[in-house]
Amino acid sequence: SCVCLCSCLPLSRLLIVYPWTQRFFSAFGNLSSPTAIIGNPKVRAHGKKVLTSFGDAVKNLDNIKATYAKLSELHCDKLHVDPENFSLLGDILIIVLATHFKREFTPACQAAWQKLVRVVAHALSYKYH
Amino acid sequence: MILRPGAKVNIPSDMAHSFKGGGLWDSLSLTSLPGRMFCVYPSTKTYFPHFDLHHDSEQIRHHGKKVVGALGDAVRHLDNLSATLSELSNLHAYNLRVDPVNFKLLSHCFQVVLGVHLGREYTPQVHVAYDKFLAAVSAVLAEKYR
Repeated sequence: SCVCLCSCLPLSRLLIVYPWTQRFFSAFGNLSSPTAIIGNPKVRAHGKKVLTSFGDAVKNLDNIKATYAKLSELHCDKLHVDPENFSLLGDILIIVLATHFKREFTPACQAAWQKLVRVVAHALSYKYH
Repeated sequence: MILRPGAKVNIPSDMAHSFKGGGLWDSLSLTSLPGRMFCVYPSTKTYFPHFDLHHDSEQIRHHGKKVVGALGDAVRHLDNLSATLSELSNLHAYNLRVDPVNFKLLSHCFQVVLGVHLGREYTPQVHVAYDKFLAAVSAVLAEKYR
């Protein structure tokens, strides 16, 4: 239910808070304003894809590098994404979780999620060369 | 984000309303901010060997009040951050010498606390305004480092 509720939010928030990240999405159409970004169907669809993939990490905590090997190669060789962006998105996801879970998002809870996003970012950049 | 010398913080005026004064800053349990940072980023504790770092200690709460007070000052003087934070900037450059990477860590935790308290009201637009503000404050705190 967390995925359904939050799925498109982290990506759209990333594109709004750090507008230079829009450089990877020139084929997505209208990104000219926060309203345009939030309403953009390609952003919504891709945001959901990204979060679903994140869910794979949660299901494969003991094997994250292998889980993300192909995606890592894709982001390096085809998409040419600076791995710094993985950390940016990870921190945005955490802030979205904070707004959703509010008081339940305790420091201990945040610490666990920070570890997870750090591990995912590392796995996604692991195959870079 | 390093500000050019003399540059003003370029936060659009329509975002200015998101910086609520008084009430918001008083009601938030921002005194818990250092405690959250110590929990999430244990390396930040290395700057406080003299503190009682048990959860919610009086020292942590007191320090949280100081930090929030300084940020509140900064928010009320967006056009003049360098002058407003000048003493703190001296303190961090010549005395505390906190590695600037830690300003980002504290800023992130501050935004998480804002998210926790504001929930849906912490919209992307409010988020970006605070992100710029915190980046500008961090830049001023580090501007005399070398």
